[in-house]
Amino acid sequence: MEDSTSLGQETENQQLGEAARPGEEEAAAPPRDPGPQSSGPWEAERAPDAAEPRPGSSRTRSPGSRGRAAGHGAVSPPPPQPRKPLRALARQDLGAAQQPDGAVSGAPDAGTALPDPLGLSTDEKASASGSQSREDTSPPTQQYRSSSTHSQPKELRTGNAQGEDPEPGASETAPSTLEIAVQNAKGYLFQASSKTGLNLYDHLSNVLTKIFDERPENAVDIIENISQKVKMAHFSKKLDTLQNENEMLPTYEIAERQKALFLQGHLEGADQELEDEIDLFSQAENSLPNVMESAFYFEQAGLGLGTDETYRIFLALKQLTDTHPVQRCRFWGKILGLEMNYIVAEVEIREGEDEEEVEEEDVAEAEERYNGESEADKDEEDELPKSFYKPPQAIPKEESRTGANKYVYFVCNEPGRPWVKLPSVTPAQIVTARKIKKFFTGRLDAPIVSYPPFPGNESNYLRAQIARISAGTHVSPLGFYQFGEEEGEEEEDVESGRDSFEENPDFEGIQVIDLVESLSNWVHHVQHILPQGRCTWFNPIPKHEEEEEEDEEKEEEKGEEPDYVEQEVGPPLLTPISEDLEIQNIPAWTTRLSSSLIPQYATAVLRSNLWPGAYAFSTGKLGM
Amino acid sequence: MDAESLLLSLELAAGSGQGLSPDRRAALLTSLLLVKRDYRYDRVLFWGRILGIVADYYIAQGLVEDQLAPRKTLYSLNCMEWSLLPPATEEMAAQVAVVKGRFMGDPSHEYEHTEFQKTTAEGEKTFEEDVVVHIKEETRLVSVIDQIDKAVAIIPRGALFKTPFGPVNVNRTFEGLPLSEARKLSSYFHFREPVGLKNKTLLEKADLDPSLDFLDSLEYDIPKGSWSIQMERGNSLVVLRSLLWPGLTFFHSPRTRNHGYIYVGTGEKNMDLPFML
Repeated sequence: MEDSTSLGQETENQQLGEAARPGEEEAAAPPRDPGPQSSGPWEAERAPDAAEPRPGSSRTRSPGSRGRAAGHGAVSPPPPQPRKPLRALARQDLGAAQQPDGAVSGAPDAGTALPDPLGLSTDEKASASGSQSREDTSPPTQQYRSSSTHSQPKELRTGNAQGEDPEPGASETAPSTLEIAVQNAKGYLFQASSKTGLNLYDHLSNVLTKIFDERPENAVDIIENISQKVKMAHFSKKLDTLQNENEMLPTYEIAERQKALFLQGHLEGADQELEDEIDLFSQAENSLPNVMESAFYFEQAGLGLGTDETYRIFLALKQLTDTHPVQRCRFWGKILGLEMNYIVAEVEIREGEDEEEVEEEDVAEAEERYNGESEADKDEEDELPKSFYKPPQAIPKEESRTGANKYVYFVCNEPGRPWVKLPSVTPAQIVTARKIKKFFTGRLDAPIVSYPPFPGNESNYLRAQIARISAGTHVSPLGFYQFGEEEGEEEEDVESGRDSFEENPDFEGIQVIDLVESLSNWVHHVQHILPQGRCTWFNPIPKHEEEEEEDEEKEEEKGEEPDYVEQEVGPPLLTPISEDLEIQNIPAWTTRLSSSLIPQYATAVLRSNLWPGAYAFSTGKLGM
Repeated sequence: MDAESLLLSLELAAGSGQGLSPDRRAALLTSLLLVKRDYRYDRVLFWGRILGIVADYYIAQGLVEDQLAPRKTLYSLNCMEWSLLPPATEEMAAQVAVVKGRFMGDPSHEYEHTEFQKTTAEGEKTFEEDVVVHIKEETRLVSVIDQIDKAVAIIPRGALFKTPFGPVNVNRTFEGLPLSEARKLSSYFHFREPVGLKNKTLLEKADLDPSLDFLDSLEYDIPKGSWSIQMERGNSLVVLRSLLWPGLTFFHSPRTRNHGYIYVGTGEKNMDLPFML
């Protein structure tokens, strides 16, 4: 502001300087007499104006000091002067040259007196003449004036001596000097930046246009951000087409896949097909559960994935039942992983459809045979001492559809992606899974690095955990399931326990209150997994006796070892959960009523403390 | 999450599975407004839910104008009546460190902890006494909330800015993280007083914007990998989950202003984290 070239400019600038400085001081100092001080530099500018005798002496510095004094000091009664015109001109200067200055921040006028007619300013100027008593009334006019000049910054009313008296003598040259000054200022503003090619004039006009278009609240607080945004807007257009494409791609992919989910029902959209489908379902058992209904009840308990996500899962389950021979399926839950999550469906395959299992067994048998052969070779050489250690025989996994492998589980990362079947679980995997604690990454083929080493990759670990969770937390109200009347004959001396149940048609439901108060009203309906890793006890000992004769010697030497392994017994099926062991002095389950405000329609919610995230609910009518 | 945008935030954070039942949600919408009026807070955040054995605690926090000033924490058992909790102190943290296990759900419950204390009598004998120390559940609650806040409360870069006078304000011109930044841990900051900023080298400091980068970023969290970043719905929602305090979910829709975090869990730190990664 002080960097003026011409002398005239210098004077004006000096005034501006004083205006700015006293303005700052005034802003800090308590409000003074001449009207509301809030209009900062404008007011201050007026004070020096009023204080110094304008005509002729404006060139010298003394008014500067007096102006400063006036700004500092008390209220010096401003002598009536034709200060109007110069004030107007000076104001225009301020309008022009002070804009790049931060002085706009001081004036709240900028934010407030926006709707000001141009005409008003000139009228006010004409009317605000003369007396210092006008000090009080003129502040509003001053504000209008300042804001009006502020609002038309580009319109430099250089020649705006409408109704102004050109000052005698000294001011005759002033307009021309003023003009030069203004044009210099404008030229400065138009100077293009060497780095960016923008110029201040255009930038300020853009910023102010944006402010007036948007009219944000407290614009003065965010003026720098607005300015930055305007600058950024210059550059963003070029990169639009390139960058956004890549970024949004995964969103579109997922959306496409999910669209396929929604459309699958309409592929062969004839009405006949629809009827057929419904007929099929009514005749056979309806394999698809009503996920939305369960989701509603879970939501009462405060659980849920969001309605639309649940609906998509619903559709994905439907897709599963359409593509695979599924007898019954159920939405088991969601497991969170590091990179991706798993959505798990528990499925009961129709009988006769599980040929894949057979292949795996063949492979296992082949391996055993191979091991037996290699041992025979060693015996012939007879040099090195043979180790008598026989690794404990691997406990065979349970047949499909029994015990831990009763259900088949499918997982997918997101509804819309294809379902992947998880392999059956082996007892060794369950035993190891009990000893380790690892996060899931979300990729089924990820290796599990742990100690003790886990036999398998993430899909096996996932399956083992699912088996453990199901065995531990799938419960139902007492009486909902009952044992079938024909009990299977018990084999040999092994108590296999009952492992089948069916729905009780006479079940009438238990009151919600009862369900919440007593844990004995709930029973496990999945078999407990023994420490061995299976649900039914497998005795490894008898097999030892059946091995080849060569090994008899070893057996005798091993005779010190107990050849009777205790049978592991677990709680039988349909045990009430009140028998569950406590964990660190807290009960294994927590019961809650879903709503304490309206108990008559509430559901009973059961939360497992052992497996956080496992919930069961019952409505008290026909239990779910 | 902000009480103003509670419904939307709950919807966005629903991917973790734990949310609120409809009656709790309705109760919260009403009661948080009243809390804001009564205590004259600038902003009220619904912090989350701590699961207890007998009952759950619902926690809310009130903020004043300066976002980094200490927050007032309130708890409620029924989402309607809120009680103010005392501010957390160091002694509380030390006391509470010995308590393990789940929360009971009863604020007046006292945990008992026996300590050996050696007291020297007048002679040379030293007695070992078992002193039973009682720790109130309220104290534990305060301390756990404070620990969780200090450890895992996060905010995206640019959502807050620091004024030269000191107070930290909400950035009204924050338009969301761009997609390229949303997947990086460095675009998220801890919502607490910065601890590690001074240790940065001059080179690193030169790149920082002093008004925006005045908090610790998540990049330097120990152990590495204690955050899980996932994009849901394609790229339109980024979800960060803490593995150190399981149950804390932070969500943000890139290129929009929606962001927030919620904690629904048992209030136990996952001490097995290094083994689980």
